Amino acid sequence: MTVVALRQVFNEVLMEIAPQHPELVVLTSDSRGSAALSPFAQTYPKQFIEVGIAEQNIVGIASGLASCGYTPFVFSPACFLSMRAIEQIKVDVAYSGTNVKLIGISGGVSYGTLGMSHHSLQDIAVTRAIPGLQVVLPSDRFEVRKLVDALLTDRHGTYVRIGRNPVRDVYADDNFAFEIGKAVRLRQGEDVTLVSTGEMVRLALDVWERLAHEGISATVLNMHTLKPFDRNAILAEVNKTRLFVTLEEHSIHGGLGGAVAEVLSQECPKPLLILGIPDEPAVTGSQQEILAHYGLTPEGVTNTVLGRMKRL
Amino acid sequence: MEFEELRRLEQVATQVRLQIMNMIYEAQTGHTGSSLGETDILVSLYFGGILRVDPKQPDWEGRDRFILSKGHAVEAYYATLAQMGFFDPDLLKTYCHYGSPFIGHPNNKIPGVEMNTGALGHGLAIGVGMALAGRLSEPDSKSRYRVFVLMGDGELAEGSVWEAAMAASHYQLDNLVAIVDRNRLQISGSTENVMSLEPLHSKWESFGWDVREIDGHDYRGLIDTFASVPFSKSRPSLVIANTIKGKGISFAENRAGWHHHVPTEEEYLRALDELNALLGGGAQ
Repeated sequence: MTVVALRQVFNEVLMEIAPQHPELVVLTSDSRGSAALSPFAQTYPKQFIEVGIAEQNIVGIASGLASCGYTPFVFSPACFLSMRAIEQIKVDVAYSGTNVKLIGISGGVSYGTLGMSHHSLQDIAVTRAIPGLQVVLPSDRFEVRKLVDALLTDRHGTYVRIGRNPVRDVYADDNFAFEIGKAVRLRQGEDVTLVSTGEMVRLALDVWERLAHEGISATVLNMHTLKPFDRNAILAEVNKTRLFVTLEEHSIHGGLGGAVAEVLSQECPKPLLILGIPDEPAVTGSQQEILAHYGLTPEGVTNTVLGRMKRL
Repeated sequence: MEFEELRRLEQVATQVRLQIMNMIYEAQTGHTGSSLGETDILVSLYFGGILRVDPKQPDWEGRDRFILSKGHAVEAYYATLAQMGFFDPDLLKTYCHYGSPFIGHPNNKIPGVEMNTGALGHGLAIGVGMALAGRLSEPDSKSRYRVFVLMGDGELAEGSVWEAAMAASHYQLDNLVAIVDRNRLQISGSTENVMSLEPLHSKWESFGWDVREIDGHDYRGLIDTFASVPFSKSRPSLVIANTIKGKGISFAENRAGWHHHVPTEEEYLRALDELNALLGGGAQ
């Protein structure tokens, strides 16, 4: 199984496609190193724009480029891009309808030791409340490649969030269908539905395996797109399992758990367990240490799910 | 400039000001002082042969781009576009009516409007992106499109303006022209009391822009200045246009309270009288 950081996959794909896509421009906010885009910047200087540490500016500039027919990919730390520039994202991208691809790098608690200023645990909540903006969290290297293909033909402004650290594969190969706005069912079970997004989908698969050892069969939904939200994928599982569990590297408020709760509570109430980072400044440490602190490990999630199932 | 040409621009500007008053009085909302004050700048750009745009092909790729970054002053913008023939002026009767595309800020669903603005401090960064796009698309600087961004002076307190100002000179965008509508008033009073901007000229110069300061109501000066951009090679151009907020209606001029004051019936009728007198006839 390959273990690779998704930012590196982005760089590889963009390097491959840049010559055939003169409309593609890549922008960074003094973040070419963090985004693993130094090779791209060196190889395609005409398609690379450095904006400096200025997130509002990078989104405004990208919107101007997009309105003139270019397809800008903006790479900037998720914590700053989704907060400092949120008004530009709302107005210049979503409202004006510009085809800007916002790639929030080092998302979640990737910058674990650096504290709340650098944690990005509210970005899904904020971006998914903006009409007209797509929100996508790819889970592994195969999905990133398919996502980039989709983004090149899609004309909507899109916020994409990836992490900083290497991640294990979710898919065995690239033989699967990927469509923005369509969830992927990775496993089908009869007891519990695990809904996950982004780099936590791998965790959901690990939990699936542990639950299986305990005699619990789980469905695993890869909800790579938070907006538009695939309501039908959730509703399709309502009568098949007894409990829904959401897993995300995000605040338990307003993210994937919130989106699933909106669907279930209004359409067909079911027990729901929302797992993520609680409403507090997250502890600091490595990404893995922080996730472990909040029980977001295969063992921790499995135990929490088993405990909740006993109370059904 | 010939006397006839000057007279023609004045007449267009008066028509635009009449339209502004009609729109705002009819809708009972709007930014009267701001729109009246910027009218001569817009008329110079659109009717003075500066902007290369075609109302019949509003999306023509080679067009010059204009962004009204001070989006609240939209009435003058819509009225100017209507006078240019981008759409039927009758549509402006729906201004700020329920469901109308002619909302209280620029809306890019309307022919001739490039971007939705309204949140201050956004337009210059967008202009930087457009100017970069122009340079990427067209290596020949002579046939490259230009980008004009009109900002309010109060707007300059937004930090994002200066992020964009820095980037424009870093990238040597001599196809970018920013205009500051320098009326020295904002909603709470004098710009210098609210958040002082001076020395404005040297601020922009220190950011790498070539700066010209002119009378924002003098067509000759406006058109000569705009026609001479870029003021210097490899630098963005900044025009400080000194204007009078509420220009054209005697009792609205230089009054901060008219920033978004809606005229009473009496004020409206007096305004029409003053403007119609400029047209040289009594017809409304």
